[in-house]
Amino acid sequence: MDASGNNDMNIKAKALADVLERYGGTKGALIPILQEAQEIYGYLPREIMQEIAKKLKIPFSQVYGVATFYTQFHLKPRGQNIIRICQGTACHVRGGARLLEAISKALGIGKNETTADGRFTLETVACLGSCGLAPVMMINEETYGRLTPEKIPAILEKY
Amino acid sequence: MLDLKEWRDSLQGRLRPGDRPSLTVGMSTCGQAAGGARVMAALEEEAGRLGLQVDINQTSCIGMCYAEPVVEVALPGKPRVFYGHVTPERVPVLIEKHVVQGEPVREWALVQVEDGTVPYDGIPVMGTSPYYGCQVRVVTSRLGLTDPESLDAYVATGGYEALEKVLRRMTPEEVIEEIKASGLRGRGGAGFPTGLKWSFTRQAPGDKKYVVCNADEGDPGAFMDRSVLEGDPFTVIEGMTIAAYAVGADEGYIYCRAEYPLAIKRLKTAIAAAEEKGLLGRDILGTGFNFELHIKAGAGAFVCGEETALLASIEGRRGMPRVRPPFPAQQGLWGKPTNINNVETYANVPFIIKNGGRWFAAMGTEKSKGTKVFCLTGKIKNTGLIEVPMGITLREIIFDIAGGIQDDKQFKAVQIGGPSGGCLPEDKLDLPVDYDSLTAAGAIMGSGGMVVMDENTCMVDVARFFLNFTQAESCGKCTPCREGTKRMLEILTRICEGEGRMEDLDTLEALARVVKNTALCGLGQTCPNPVLSTLHYFRHEYEAHIKDKRCPAHVCQALLVYTIDAEKCTGCGACARACPSGAISGEKKQPHRIDPALCIKCGSCMEKCKFGAISRL
Ligand SMILES: Cc1cc2nc3c(=O)[nH]c(=O)nc-3n(C[C@H](O)[C@H](O)[C@H](O)COP(=O)(O)O)c2cc1C
Ligand code: SF4
Ligand code: SF4
Ligand code: SF4
Ligand code: FES
Ligand code: FES
Repeated sequence: MDASGNNDMNIKAKALADVLERYGGTKGALIPILQEAQEIYGYLPREIMQEIAKKLKIPFSQVYGVATFYTQFHLKPRGQNIIRICQGTACHVRGGARLLEAISKALGIGKNETTADGRFTLETVACLGSCGLAPVMMINEETYGRLTPEKIPAILEKY
Repeated sequence: MLDLKEWRDSLQGRLRPGDRPSLTVGMSTCGQAAGGARVMAALEEEAGRLGLQVDINQTSCIGMCYAEPVVEVALPGKPRVFYGHVTPERVPVLIEKHVVQGEPVREWALVQVEDGTVPYDGIPVMGTSPYYGCQVRVVTSRLGLTDPESLDAYVATGGYEALEKVLRRMTPEEVIEEIKASGLRGRGGAGFPTGLKWSFTRQAPGDKKYVVCNADEGDPGAFMDRSVLEGDPFTVIEGMTIAAYAVGADEGYIYCRAEYPLAIKRLKTAIAAAEEKGLLGRDILGTGFNFELHIKAGAGAFVCGEETALLASIEGRRGMPRVRPPFPAQQGLWGKPTNINNVETYANVPFIIKNGGRWFAAMGTEKSKGTKVFCLTGKIKNTGLIEVPMGITLREIIFDIAGGIQDDKQFKAVQIGGPSGGCLPEDKLDLPVDYDSLTAAGAIMGSGGMVVMDENTCMVDVARFFLNFTQAESCGKCTPCREGTKRMLEILTRICEGEGRMEDLDTLEALARVVKNTALCGLGQTCPNPVLSTLHYFRHEYEAHIKDKRCPAHVCQALLVYTIDAEKCTGCGACARACPSGAISGEKKQPHRIDPALCIKCGSCMEKCKFGAISRL
């Protein structure tokens, strides 16, 4: 690995150490720690979960059990941009499925897949809480409402 | 020591624009999704270009989702006017007319707020407008009208009067009595009497107790709690502080779903502001009462909205429900007595304490008091967030407030209560909205999502949709729910694909009853409701799928038939080029035809035909 890659790893390891330090001794801290670890690494690599287990002095199986229970946690790397298309009730009756189809076609990937260039990961979600603007999707932290399949290409362009 | 009254008096008038015009943009998640940020940038640019002395602010959501982005314009000494559908292109006209010339743009104005100033003519006044006329805004009274991040704004509008009254002049028992007298029932779904719940935690032995706020809001189609948290975080915090005093807790948690980053951010800001003023933390208002409040972000599991699962999740474990009793009031967080309420339940508390339980109990019906916040979504004209007195009819909500069905289509059903709720047909529209009437009709009050469906919605598809959701969210702990949801989903999928048999309907009904009666937690116990209510009210649609192999709403893809009308077809060939499966054939300039054996029913041909020759049956 080149020097910059190593450097990047060091920065991440340091960030994780800080997180573990900050939560040291706090009751019920496993989920927030996993959330922050995922922020740092983009997903939860096995070694990282092992390290967290060691630091918290709990069995690895417990960490793994929690990480697999909640849909927010990802055990595999994901794309740079996360698209989350709402498939909730309000979006469903206003054409959420057609929207999913359109994006899927535009990117050539299905649900929970990542484009070959690593630019996008496509996920679905059960409600984004902006149902009044259905159908809705979120790319990273940005929410888009009142969508139609025609609006998709221009939005994807931006990322 | 902090003197709230003095502070409040010093703020008087500060909420109204002083000597400068103000422009305020609705910037909740939804306002942003509709393009609020671009509108705000355009306002800033235009005001800068003209060198105007104006205040440009942001607020939360006033509840008119259908009209977002919404902008409020207020001139000194004049009513505040709300504009809808504001685009960056409209901004220059809006500023020129309203701010520079002082004349509101009436055709874009939605409502004006009556506040003692002389109203403009030709603009509906909020209290009597079609959208707000039947509403009673209590919990949502600040939404869209104040800056949600400003403690000053909260205090100036009566915030913390209730907490002060409670800490200085009431015993915990008196607080509980007041809540009991109000008749407030939990707004998280089940409708348990709040005062009674508090008294259980109060009476439970132990010196360490907790209060927890359930802000998991997982029901698809519901965003009441998000709107309240984003729009008035302080009222939830004040309500929780009062609850902590009443039950004898000194620590609390707000469990908010991770999909609501803005709500979490606003809560953090609000908690820090309240702590700084000594309204939260140690020795609140110098009374010796301590209350420490934390936020926990959920991690994406619908079942964590169930109270025992939620507590497990706060403790850092897998969020699985457990058998009750013991109830959280006896053994909750880390085994300590814990009071759990929903966001809206806590948000009501300061208003009840301030105005008295009797004031609250005067609203609503005999067994359902006060108001309820609903989210109107689906195929209606005015989607939005509303607050209405209990007992109002579904018809008033859907046709008066929401303006009826989009594109003047036919109403078919309203889905109330999310995955635990049911679908009610036209002849239930005059039902009063209260806990007991809705349950009797096969739906539930739930948390407040109302999804309206029109003639183009297939009710079997809707039932399948919900089962798909609950099957995926079932935590798998108990067999009836884990296996039952799978089997029900299989049957529903089969029916939607045209492979259903008539005896499936009986199996479905029997399965639904077993799951309802034997599942461990509310998720399993209520997940059959969408199936049972559609089977009950829309059985003919199930039968059409099974007997006639037809989807009356033309939704279930496998049951569609695409045909070309030879009379209308010009033989242009556009459809054949669009068809992904080579199902269309025909000579140039001759009528084309579709081979049903090859057609995969994608609909591409129909979109492409310019002559309306292709129809879907
Ligand atoms: C599967 C399931 C999901 C739930 N989701 C929520 C929720 O998102 N928000 C909520 O307040 N209550 C939810 N509840 C109800 C809670 O278990 C609990 O009854 C409620 O938080 C109590 O507060 P209340 O008395 O103020 O209504 C859910 C229940 C079940 C069974
Ligand atoms: S009813 Fe379903 S969600 Fe509830 S405990 Fe059983 S399996 Fe889990
Ligand atoms: S697109 Fe329409 S008009 Fe043209 S060949 Fe097809 S059915 Fe006929
Ligand atoms: S519906 Fe699709 S597959 Fe069928 S004929 Fe039309 S384009 Fe071809
Ligand atoms: S159902 Fe899609 S945002 Fe709520
Ligand atoms: S636009 Fe804000 S809740 Fe709908």
